[in-house]
Amino acid sequence: MKILVCISHVPDTTTKIKFTADNKLDTAGVQFIIGPYDDYALARAVEIAGETSGTVTVLNVGGADTEPTIRKALAIGADDAIRVDAEPVDAMFVAKQIVEVAKQENYDMILMGRESSDYNGGLVHGLVAEMLGMPSIAPCMKLDLNGNTATLSREIEGGKEELEVQLPFVAGCQEPIAEWKIPNMRGIMSARKKPLKVVPAVDTENVTSYDAFSLPPAKGDCKMVEPDNMTELVRLLKEEAKVI
Amino acid sequence: MSVLVFVEADNGAIKKSSFEAVTCGAKLGDVTAVAMGDINAGELEALGKYGAKKVLHAADSRLNDGVIAATALLVAEAAKKEGAQTVLMARSSLVDAVAARVAVKLNVPVASNVVELPDTSAGFKVKRGVFTGKAFAEVSIPGDSRVITLAKNAVAPEEVGGTAAVEAFEVNFSDADFGVKRTSVHKQEGDILLPEADLVVSAGRGLKGPENWGMIEELAKTLGAATACSKPVSDMDWRPHHEHVGQTGIKVSPNLYIAVGISGAIQHLAGVSSSRVIVAINKDPEAPFFKAADYGVVGDAFDVVPKLIEALKASN
Ligand SMILES: Cc1cc2nc3c(=O)[nH]c(=O)nc-3n(C[C@H](O)[C@H](O)[C@H](O)COP(=O)(O)OP(=O)(O)OC[C@H]3O[C@@H](n4cnc5c(N)ncnc54)[C@H](O)[C@@H]3O)c2cc1C
Repeated sequence: MKILVCISHVPDTTTKIKFTADNKLDTAGVQFIIGPYDDYALARAVEIAGETSGTVTVLNVGGADTEPTIRKALAIGADDAIRVDAEPVDAMFVAKQIVEVAKQENYDMILMGRESSDYNGGLVHGLVAEMLGMPSIAPCMKLDLNGNTATLSREIEGGKEELEVQLPFVAGCQEPIAEWKIPNMRGIMSARKKPLKVVPAVDTENVTSYDAFSLPPAKGDCKMVEPDNMTELVRLLKEEAKVI
Repeated sequence: MSVLVFVEADNGAIKKSSFEAVTCGAKLGDVTAVAMGDINAGELEALGKYGAKKVLHAADSRLNDGVIAATALLVAEAAKKEGAQTVLMARSSLVDAVAARVAVKLNVPVASNVVELPDTSAGFKVKRGVFTGKAFAEVSIPGDSRVITLAKNAVAPEEVGGTAAVEAFEVNFSDADFGVKRTSVHKQEGDILLPEADLVVSAGRGLKGPENWGMIEELAKTLGAATACSKPVSDMDWRPHHEHVGQTGIKVSPNLYIAVGISGAIQHLAGVSSSRVIVAINKDPEAPFFKAADYGVVGDAFDVVPKLIEALKASN
């Protein structure tokens, strides 16, 4: 089983987001991690590769600064890595780069998170699948293999559905597809020696442009209500907030 | 501008978020809606009230299964037929993947999670939610056509009182379009769907165990709200996964979000902070949720929630 796992390189979930004067993310003091949903995809891929004597290749589209994040994925159990050397512009750009790499090999599965936690587009899995002419499943919360058939479950509003698909396919994953894996010392040591190939980006036209960023307006003070005065809370919700 | 809006139904009834999308579309131009599978005829006509001029209905029952590839082909074919410049859809568990595939089929740009009416005064600009609700981005989409997906509550549904002609619509699907087979569905029936809900009552680890959810359900029922929970609660199987909200769960933006016994960790807030009004009930006065909330009650949930239910019932 040859699995390609696409990972994003995103600010740690507890990061307080700020922007610089020229409208870029202010990365001072920000720690970057593997996208939380991508982490689930990677964890399941490593398990499946273990069960099938397969291989996991991780792929990131990003500058040299993403290499520590890629090494972490190698430490978790990926066999080798590819970095497409380009600053991601938007979902379409990232998808086109992934497709170029995917076309070089016959991957049985292409897994990634359901969305990245920076640009939250939720589009890359669908774009990649359509460009490659493959079926896609997202948000995928279970993935098992039986020969060339995969059984999966997909989260839907108010529940989930079970699905079946033939390899190859693309899936955008989320929990509880697998338990996150934390790299151990051996993994970290061996990751240093695993191959990390850097490839140039393919030329594509940029289709959207990010002109400006803004933060949500600051919250006003929280109005406190005494715990034995719920009549007052109901009145406030009705008359002041007008939400019930 | 010619606008195609993909509308989704649940149990034969059009979703509220789809009416939001039709309203948004009608503010941008002439709307044709496209719908699939079994939907009540009256529901399709009701799209006219929100501004749709025409409804294309693909009754093919295979589309009831919500297969991503087939749905994308349907929407792309409808967009071609109508010469749509903007394809609009309300975000859902199906739509992100569909929108992406439609954009590739039509060879047009795509932007998802759009949080307000696009600005068409000069070109086409959208405001998107980014960094998991912690920021917004203004994005220019050049060219004549595009696909966008709308976040929940981005545009309030508005009845403008027109009528829509419903037309049957057929697409030549191949077997490959239905390559993903649905083998079973597990769905809680009768509940208000969390992503669609206007009011949400959510509870966390402070409730101590699944046996204590009775009062949360009663509070939700009294309000006509959906129920939700924090991640540890679904991780421990106290509640089903589809109720888990936050950065790694569902993102909601209801008019009212009541958080009971939830600390307000940044990852939880990431999924709920765009709610219009937030009430936090927590026994710890230092709980971070109070910094994100509009109204706060410092108290024991087991004491406060029954009193709140009583006060709500008395006020009805
Ligand atoms: C990458 C990542 C992603 C994550 N994604 C999510 C996510 O999507 N959603 C999410 O929710 N979490 C997420 N988390 C976890 C998050 O960090 C918190 O651990 C979680 O939100 C805490 O849940 P909680 O508030 O229910 O529990 P706790 O942190 O245990 O808080 C319980 C609260 O209940 C209060 N309490 C206790 N007893 C009572 C009582 N009797 N009456 C009233 N109040 C009481 C306590 O004062 C406390 O504030 C994520 C974490 C990581 C690292």
